[in-house]
Amino acid sequence: MKAVYALYTDPDAAQLAVDALRAEGVAERDIVVMSSEPFEEYEFSHRDKATWLHWIAGGGGLLGMFAGYLLTSTTQQLWPLVTSGMPIVSTWPNTIIVFEMTMLGAILATVIALFVTASLPSRLSQLYDNAVTQGYILVGVDGPSDELAARLDRALASVEGGQVKSIA
Amino acid sequence: MNRTRNNPLADDLVRPLFHTSVWFYGAVLVLATVVLAGAAAWGYQLWYGIGVAGINWPVFWGFYLTNFVFWIGISHAGTLISAILRLVNARWRRPVTRCAEVITVFALMIGAMFPIIHLGRPWLAFWLAPYPSAREIWPNFRSPLVWDFFAINTYLTGSLMFLLLPMIPDFALVRDRSTGWRRRIYGALALGWQGTTKQWHRLESGMQIMAIAIIPVAVSVHTIVSFDFSMATVPMWHSTIFGPYFVAGAIFSGIAALIVAMAALRKLLHLEAYLHPVHFENLGKLLLLMSLLWAYFVFAERLTVWYGNEHSEMAVFWATQRGEYAPLYWAMVVCNFVIPFPILALRQLRTIAGTVVASFAVLIGMWLERFLIIVPSLAHKPLPYTWGDYAPQPVEIIIMVATFAAMILLYMLFSKFVPIISIWEMKVGNQPHPPVVTEAEDELAGLWRARP
Repeated sequence: MKAVYALYTDPDAAQLAVDALRAEGVAERDIVVMSSEPFEEYEFSHRDKATWLHWIAGGGGLLGMFAGYLLTSTTQQLWPLVTSGMPIVSTWPNTIIVFEMTMLGAILATVIALFVTASLPSRLSQLYDNAVTQGYILVGVDGPSDELAARLDRALASVEGGQVKSIA
Repeated sequence: MNRTRNNPLADDLVRPLFHTSVWFYGAVLVLATVVLAGAAAWGYQLWYGIGVAGINWPVFWGFYLTNFVFWIGISHAGTLISAILRLVNARWRRPVTRCAEVITVFALMIGAMFPIIHLGRPWLAFWLAPYPSAREIWPNFRSPLVWDFFAINTYLTGSLMFLLLPMIPDFALVRDRSTGWRRRIYGALALGWQGTTKQWHRLESGMQIMAIAIIPVAVSVHTIVSFDFSMATVPMWHSTIFGPYFVAGAIFSGIAALIVAMAALRKLLHLEAYLHPVHFENLGKLLLLMSLLWAYFVFAERLTVWYGNEHSEMAVFWATQRGEYAPLYWAMVVCNFVIPFPILALRQLRTIAGTVVASFAVLIGMWLERFLIIVPSLAHKPLPYTWGDYAPQPVEIIIMVATFAAMILLYMLFSKFVPIISIWEMKVGNQPHPPVVTEAEDELAGLWRARP
């Protein structure tokens, strides 16, 4: 069996379906939930919450800061030009460039990390169903064994309001 | 709870992408013609030289730089306001954010064009870029113009990302509703978005970080634009108040632009069900606050100059208060304070029509403010023999009008290809809260039941 999943219109039902899959012994990482909006109030949406994004953004900022410092101070020393009596390496004006580079570094690091960790861009998985963007919540498992698929089918069907589908 | 009840919402917001009225084509044709006229005027200037513009000694900065500052100010409408509202988790922000963020991106692009137009020799614009050269002239990181290059590009990059990231789930929605070439295009734009819990988490965390990062960048951009002036020892420019004064003015004009854009979208795309009077009322309150803040800054600046009674500054001061620039100055005061204040202060007048009238006044007033900061000071430098005048020439006027047309055209085209209101964020806004009962509420309910 390639995949088995169910579509629910109600997030409460989706939560029950996730619980049912867990009860069948499906590992947390194998349960797939897809929706057209985030459901912060439900436990199933809190899976995969741990992220390094904040730290990566901070790291990007530090990298940008370092690049900004190098860009300003190094080039000023390589091409020394006195402007308006200011020192060759002028800390006050350089701070502006360093600040902008810091923020640019943080922004770019965030975006790159977001794309990498969210697996974007990617091909649509076989589990994906267009009904997701119509407002349905998809709960399923990708690539279960035939014996497990039959049990999962029953587990998903046991939750009221679900349309169970499978991909052979 | 039936999730598919949100489909009418998606239908409404996606409809403009699939249906185009004759009016749309007509408007695009007219606006494109004006934009082409602007391009032709620029071509004329390139062919005959910068002398065809009114800028000349001693007023080297005229309409072009006025428009540069004005458009950079307008760009503060979006990302900054959207980021602040996102951080404070204002629920009413949901239909507003994308309308606002788009303004930022297009206004920045248009604003950044003006220094290049102003150069006269745009093919040398790359000199602004910080690269070491054999001429031993660049990079000069002590020049405020180079600061502009960094600030505007950082803000443009951040704003573009801030706009594009939340659009990905909506592209996926349009992808799934499309067929043929549309499906391929929106499929590519959606980047394979599936709406997994991981993707939602990363998107929301990323947006949170971006919101935090973009606020200081937005503040820095207009502060740095103000440094273009305040770093020079020109009368009434060399002022420490210029940074916050420019930032406040930028947010002021930005909110006004946002209100006008929202009113137009509401009317033209029939978004009455999503852009409610309360959105205009709340933005109207913000506009009122900024109007008061603007008046405070103007008073503080003028009083300080007047009290100092420094000769060169007083020449500019009186030129604007009762001299040749007085009509423009008092028109600015009327547009930025006298008209918007009563409209926005009185609740009965703080309607959609009222806020739009106030916003139009503010946009005119803020354009005049930018002009009055630049031209009178350059025309009245410390030594009277250097005094001069400035009169805009047709080339400058046509290019200015063309940029306004370009802004409207870009906005219209954007709303034709992308849902102008973030559909998934609207859906989140429609989510009812689960019946969570806290211990305190439980206790209160028990007391209520046990009442005598």
